[in-house]
Amino acid sequence: MKSSQSCLNRLLCAVLVLCVSPIWAADTNSTADHSKFEQLQKEFETGPEVTKACLECHTEAAKQLHKTSHWTWAFENQLTGQTLGKKNVLNNFCVATATNWPRCTSCHIGYGWKDDSFDLSSEQNVDCLVCHDTTGTYKKFPTGAGHPNYEPKKWPPKKGKLRQPPDLQKVAQSVGKPGRSNCGACHFYGGGGDGVKHGHLDSSMHKPNRATDVHMDNEGLNFSCQTCHTTGGHEIAGSRYTPKPSDERGVVIPGQKDQNRATCESCHGSAAHGEEANPKLNSHTDKVACVTCHVPKFARGGRKTKMWWDWSTAGQKGADGKPLVKKKDGYAVYHFKKGDFTWEENVIPEYYWFDGEVRYTLFGEQIDDSGVVPINSIQGSYEDPDSRIWPFKVMRGKQPYDTKNKILGVPHLFGKDPDAFWKSFDWGRALKAGLMARGKEFSGEYGFVETEYFWPITHMVAPKENALGCADCHARNGRLVGVSGFYMPGRDRNETLDLIGWLMVLGTLGGVSVHGLGRMVSKKRRNS
Amino acid sequence: MATIKLYAGFERFWHWSQAALIILMLITGFEIHGTYTLIGWEQAAEIHRIAAWTLIGLWAFAWFWHLTTGEWKQYIPSPMERILAMVKYYAFEIFQGKGHPFHKDRSHKHNPLQRSAYLGLHLFIGPAIWISGLLYLFYGDLGGIGLEWLPLGAIALVHTGAAFLMLTFLVAHLYLTITMSDPVGADVKAMITGYEEVDD
Repeated sequence: MKSSQSCLNRLLCAVLVLCVSPIWAADTNSTADHSKFEQLQKEFETGPEVTKACLECHTEAAKQLHKTSHWTWAFENQLTGQTLGKKNVLNNFCVATATNWPRCTSCHIGYGWKDDSFDLSSEQNVDCLVCHDTTGTYKKFPTGAGHPNYEPKKWPPKKGKLRQPPDLQKVAQSVGKPGRSNCGACHFYGGGGDGVKHGHLDSSMHKPNRATDVHMDNEGLNFSCQTCHTTGGHEIAGSRYTPKPSDERGVVIPGQKDQNRATCESCHGSAAHGEEANPKLNSHTDKVACVTCHVPKFARGGRKTKMWWDWSTAGQKGADGKPLVKKKDGYAVYHFKKGDFTWEENVIPEYYWFDGEVRYTLFGEQIDDSGVVPINSIQGSYEDPDSRIWPFKVMRGKQPYDTKNKILGVPHLFGKDPDAFWKSFDWGRALKAGLMARGKEFSGEYGFVETEYFWPITHMVAPKENALGCADCHARNGRLVGVSGFYMPGRDRNETLDLIGWLMVLGTLGGVSVHGLGRMVSKKRRNS
Repeated sequence: MATIKLYAGFERFWHWSQAALIILMLITGFEIHGTYTLIGWEQAAEIHRIAAWTLIGLWAFAWFWHLTTGEWKQYIPSPMERILAMVKYYAFEIFQGKGHPFHKDRSHKHNPLQRSAYLGLHLFIGPAIWISGLLYLFYGDLGGIGLEWLPLGAIALVHTGAAFLMLTFLVAHLYLTITMSDPVGADVKAMITGYEEVDD
């Protein structure tokens, strides 16, 4: 009796452990339980207060972060010598961060970047929680310059739903390694909304299924972002400013100096297709990027991505005199604040030779407004052994520019002042204020120019059975129809040779037919 | 009339398997070339690759067989006047019901035109196809033999050109070998059984 009782107890314990374990399985390896830390046993009023407590133990963390582009929003591209980063570049979404700080910096890894006076040397203003919160309750307020709301607040203002402030003590006590949703809080919503910017990073990547992303598959490999974007001292591998189109290091193993795994080859090597695969596949990797075949389409998770943004039509009112918003399938296709949009799902990428060199049209650089202005341009060719054929999302749209000075405009969009476009809807004022903030005179004359922006596709890797097949490219009008500089079987041919060849074959066929017919006729004649 | 053995067992095996492989490779090859879609590009390329290696293997045996048995002498071109006699026969005399100017025997199993045509096939079209085919197959590794300067377009040009010549040969060969014998199909039968009835 006694022994059966203890058996039952053990069984119950085991069941309990099995049921409970998945909850803390994510961070079972941690040697610290932050809820037991003295420093965190208090009510926190603000985010910076939490950071102060974090830094008492993690003495170097803020200093480390200060060196990263997550903090500086600045990036020196060694290859091109250009100064990039969110602080500096222009895009064809909301165009520029300058003068729109509190809105844009709701995705900054710090607190309080509300204008140019922000102190980039402040350690306390580093936001630890946005990356390390494991409760899912900590959210930066969209217009809070990086702060969460500390009071209940509505978003969108007035008519939106009430957002409760996060319980900072609870969040601080529950910190852990970043999960997909920590990174995703900003990176899935870039460009002003879910999936807007990248097309291969959107809310479907919080818990993707196998078809959406074979590595991050929630029920399968369940990779976190850091599995590939390896970290060390808060420095995170992989950058879209300096992408690596080919990686000849081979599979990265312990002991190697460079532990960066932010390339496919760093885990798979450059001959990743096994014995069972078509032997020709591995001989493609010297010219074709892995993602070209293995990300057959982007925006595959059920969310659309923005493909076209025309600012020139912004500011319209409807027949009822109210600011106009038009929606289709739940997506705004016109918004009075931003103009016309096109959204697409399951998008076939555009393909280009790519050697990793991305050159931006920098602020103040003269543009040629006679055609499409590149926000960035990509390099690469068939001849270059480091180039690969790479898939891109090409974001296109129309944006304001100074027609006299021939420079792209920096619109002051967000703010309560009358110069803000979203207040007065006056492009002249908004451009003047924006350009002035970046130290340029506005000529007073503006127009809208078509621009394009190349985004290399890297995420949403499909399972191998969904990868592209040969005929997707090896066809007269296949996916690589526009990628030039080389001969591709199935796509290319020498038309003269084909003409001569078929004339020869058909001529022979015709010749023998006539010959045979002649023999029959002459035989018949002779017999009669 | 006498029945003589014209074609050895190996020769017949070689001929028909070569014929099957060449037809298979023409069908798959022109799909790879993008002329039409039939079985799918990947399958076409895979079959083409396997058939290519098989045919190269077969050719190696055939070359060995021809050299060791002395049968290669069957392809030594005939004197020009005998070739011209054949041309004259096909161009004019056949319509007048005149007799064939050539008589087969064991050491002359091909007529003068055949001898030249087959020699061209073996010495020119065949090697053009398999040399360009191998370069095509190993294009990614050409740097290893110092041929990295050779563009794939040029290799494909030679390969496709040779394929057109092969197809042209096939059309003419089928017509001539099926219909020129008396009775029609006798040559085909001989190529199957090995035996042919010849004039004494």
